[in-house]
Amino acid sequence: MRKLVIAISMLAFAGSAAYADPIKDRQALMKERGKLAGEISKMVKGETPFDGAAALDALKAMQANAEKFDVDTLFPAGSDKGDTTAAPKIWEDMAGFKAAEDKFLADTKAAVASPPADADALKAQLNTLGGDCGACHQTYRIKKS
Amino acid sequence: MAWLKKLVGAAIVLGGAAAVAGWFLSAPVGLDAATVSQLAPGDAARGKRIFYAGGCTSCHSKPGAQGDARLELVGGLELKTPFGTFVPPNISQDAKDGIGAWSEEDFATAMLKGVSPSGENFYPAFPYTSYARMKLEDIADLYAFMKTLPAVAGKAPDHKLSFPFNIRRGIGLWKRLYLSPEPVIALPDGTPDKVLAGRYLVEGPGHCGECHTPRDLAGGVKKAEWLAGAVAAEGSGVVPNITSGEGGIKDWSEADIANYLETGFTPDFDSVGGAMVEVQKNMAQLTADDRAAIAAYLKAVPTHPNGYPARKPAD
Repeated sequence: MRKLVIAISMLAFAGSAAYADPIKDRQALMKERGKLAGEISKMVKGETPFDGAAALDALKAMQANAEKFDVDTLFPAGSDKGDTTAAPKIWEDMAGFKAAEDKFLADTKAAVASPPADADALKAQLNTLGGDCGACHQTYRIKKS
Repeated sequence: MAWLKKLVGAAIVLGGAAAVAGWFLSAPVGLDAATVSQLAPGDAARGKRIFYAGGCTSCHSKPGAQGDARLELVGGLELKTPFGTFVPPNISQDAKDGIGAWSEEDFATAMLKGVSPSGENFYPAFPYTSYARMKLEDIADLYAFMKTLPAVAGKAPDHKLSFPFNIRRGIGLWKRLYLSPEPVIALPDGTPDKVLAGRYLVEGPGHCGECHTPRDLAGGVKKAEWLAGAVAAEGSGVVPNITSGEGGIKDWSEADIANYLETGFTPDFDSVGGAMVEVQKNMAQLTADDRAAIAAYLKAVPTHPNGYPARKPAD
């Protein structure tokens, strides 16, 4: 039984090592953030009517996304190579990068803790969260051709 | 051997003439008397708009400054370029370390001609090649607004440039090739006012072309590839193509562009990044009309494919 457990866990480990693609994983999380920001923005701009419950759902999803964003797993050493726009600065200043991510997580929690009452309140929250996106992308992302 | 003596003599004379000509051609040129006579006191409230359109704080505030600290124009950022490292100076109202002692004429001469009060050429890292297209009254308003900003003591370090770029005088020759108050994009009669207003903001105070246009070997902007995107002059990576050509912003509507400048979100909800983050903060301070004008102009400029090489296969 013990051997079986070890064998299974070894298999699982090998599997994750062979198939994990941190670049794809982190890009998927970033894409989801963008999609959620888009949903919120539609309400802020009045393209869809303000819906407090839907706004809160989007903010909660944003928080869940931020909680899944484990920097150590998603940005292992060496993952600056390949099809990525992650800047080398991430690995030079890991503490600063993590702090930027932590601020985003804290701001999503704050937004969820005070559900927006109207489109203006939601707009203020989106400005804060969007500012976090920009603050991180300013330093830790490089546009490549 | 008389012919050789003559040849050497001729060479010396020619070389001397070239040196004399070069000396005169490289002389810093200030404002002409007619322009100076038109200078009038500006309006600080109006100048605030020009300050944000020009993005002065992006380069001249202390690196990483947030909030009100962005109005403390103490300098000190390092712009690392192929020519060397440029350090934007203190342009706060400090009389000794900044520009507090400058007259309006001094300021206009710097903005329009790239010449300092002591008669030296500024390096075009200070984008006077764009500011040269600005209206005199906007310069006056900007001067008035900057008078309301704090004086902050402290000299920024000098530029660190290698030969021959460390010779300021040489910039005089460069200016003869690249400094012009004429618009980059000629627009036909009957062009909507909105597009003309956008051209002024983009080509003049906004100085968008300084980063978004590729440069030639001498560091001059390639006007034939205006706004086509470029390898970043500073740092690494590329600056995107903002024409509607291949690789550019063809899929963006004018509303998309205006929204990006206001909120920092692209149409597919990616966010602003790199050096554009500071620029977008400034653009967010403009009026909705100004952002709409910029968008209208960008959709009207000639289209170009990307002004930078295609990505190499993933390494």
